[in-house]
Amino acid sequence: MDGTIAGFLAVDGIATGAIYALVAIGTVLIFTVTRVIFIPFGDIAAFTALTLAAIDSKKMPGTLGLVAALAILAFLTEAGSLARTRRLRQLPRAALIYLLLPLAVVGAVWAAIPFAAYEPVRILLALALIMPIAPLLDRIVFRPIASGSVLLLLVVAVALHFALVGLGLIFFGPEGVRTEPLTSFATDIAGIPIPGQSLLIVLAAIAFSLLLFLFFDFTVMGKSLRATAVNRTGARLMGIRPARSGTIAYLLGSVMAGVSGVLIAPVNTIFYDSGFLIGLKAFVGAIVGGLISYPGSAIGALFVGLLESFASFQDSALKDVIVFATLIPILLWRSFASKQIDEEVEE
Amino acid sequence: MSAMLTIENVSVSYGKVDAVRDVSLEVQPGQIVSVIGPNGAVKTTLMLATMGLLPLRGRITFEGTDLADLDVEGRVERGLCLVPETRELFAEMSVRDNLILGAYSRRDRHDLQADMHDVYRRFPRLRERSTQAAGTLSGGERQMLALGRALMAKPKLLILDEPSLGLAPLIVREIFTTIASLRELGVSILLVEQNARAALETADVGYVLETGEVVQSGPAESLINDPRLISAYLGSH
Ligand SMILES: Nc1ncnc2c1ncn2[C@@H]1O[C@H](COP(=O)(O)OP(=O)(O)O)[C@@H](O)[C@H]1O
Ligand SMILES: [Mg+2]
Repeated sequence: MDGTIAGFLAVDGIATGAIYALVAIGTVLIFTVTRVIFIPFGDIAAFTALTLAAIDSKKMPGTLGLVAALAILAFLTEAGSLARTRRLRQLPRAALIYLLLPLAVVGAVWAAIPFAAYEPVRILLALALIMPIAPLLDRIVFRPIASGSVLLLLVVAVALHFALVGLGLIFFGPEGVRTEPLTSFATDIAGIPIPGQSLLIVLAAIAFSLLLFLFFDFTVMGKSLRATAVNRTGARLMGIRPARSGTIAYLLGSVMAGVSGVLIAPVNTIFYDSGFLIGLKAFVGAIVGGLISYPGSAIGALFVGLLESFASFQDSALKDVIVFATLIPILLWRSFASKQIDEEVEE
Repeated sequence: MSAMLTIENVSVSYGKVDAVRDVSLEVQPGQIVSVIGPNGAVKTTLMLATMGLLPLRGRITFEGTDLADLDVEGRVERGLCLVPETRELFAEMSVRDNLILGAYSRRDRHDLQADMHDVYRRFPRLRERSTQAAGTLSGGERQMLALGRALMAKPKLLILDEPSLGLAPLIVREIFTTIASLRELGVSILLVEQNARAALETADVGYVLETGEVVQSGPAESLINDPRLISAYLGSH
């Protein structure tokens, strides 16, 4: 391997890692606020790519039906829980939030698709359509078991991932998609070619991380999310509802995952089940950061991306084997190093 | 009925064990009411239940509203605020952010700066440490922050669970002076304390809780001179 090839692989690895970093940051966000290790974020990324591809070819994406179905389920779950706790007078508000709002998004996107002539508009439509999925899943699946152990929540998250893959097959079909490159720009640094798409991926990852940081530091809503993550009881005593924080965290995380889906779609062919490896690698990156540190998980995700890039040069059939095998010692080391953190989070 | 808070025949159990048994208690607007009693008298348990953090039997009304219909956050929005024995600060966040979050439940956040200055005026130490993480504060400063954060919510009724717990005598005096000075804000206070003398000297009305039951209650100055209480809690002074 000479210097140019190494440089090329490094550029490729950083770009891939930046994609994982977006999903990893979303994973950390959800975990710290809700204690759920939300494996299905990879699926959200894949579904965004599939949605965008459908919109690009002026087809109605399966996501429309998926969101509508989830909205109905979420509303029924909420109505059931209101009935059980004799709070049925809150039913109109529940209908607004869990039924009408998501359906309004579905309707608006459905109406706008035939007129979406510009790629940025189509991307925004895809992101808007993907955003309700995770919050609705939270209401249906995780809210009823919110006080369960981290392990229980993880097992349910894995099960949810498989359910989503099944739904993905129903709503999107088995064909893979690849979207148009977002830019044809290309440059090189010291003889190493840098595709514009890679540059765009890295810039987007930096921009969204920065936005999230600003949100946490400079808005009351951002602070309330951190408060929920740091001390749930303390937050509740200030009037901060953990369930509401959870919804906001899922929305923000979905934007991160969605953006990563948009960025990866021109580089890799995405199928209904491509989300698993994206989610798993992002999760591994997040673990390197102890599941609680944003910079740590971004660095971890970049590392996974680089590892994958160099591994695929050595043997592309075995790249995932090499990636995950190399990570075992790191994860072992992390699990010893972060014992105390785990216990704190568990309370 | 014009009481601010009415606790009527409230019982709280841990599993099969009745911890709080049939307790009734009242706080009138503007009053400071003390609940005193030895360690393990389930004072904390009663306060957590009042706040909605533990299930209870019986009835609690706040400004005429039955609290059974409100969750913890709903109670905070109505103006009921607890500074728990465990403080529950946001340890990894700055002093300033803790105070800002104190005002989270308020609809009117426009005079936030003025309120923050008011807290800093009461506790100048917090101003000095405003950018420091709450977890790095000393015990006394933490208690000040917990109090300041609660004041940021502009509560109508403030429940303070052992504000003097584990603090040096000098700081205990400072905390009680602050509590007494809250009268001028018109906020009602339910003050839970093991430091019975200081609590009764600050309060209008006192309740004595022992093993889950109210064993005595009345105007604070009459309790302070009660021979039985003097021998049990107050000591000669
Ligand atoms: N989660 C719990 N489960 C069972 N018993 C508890 C629990 N919390 C407190 N207790 C019991 O309640 C009593 C202490 O109550 P607490 O409200 O803390 O009293 P105080 O505040 O007056 O010191 C103790 O006897 C303790 O055993
Ligand atoms: Mg106590």
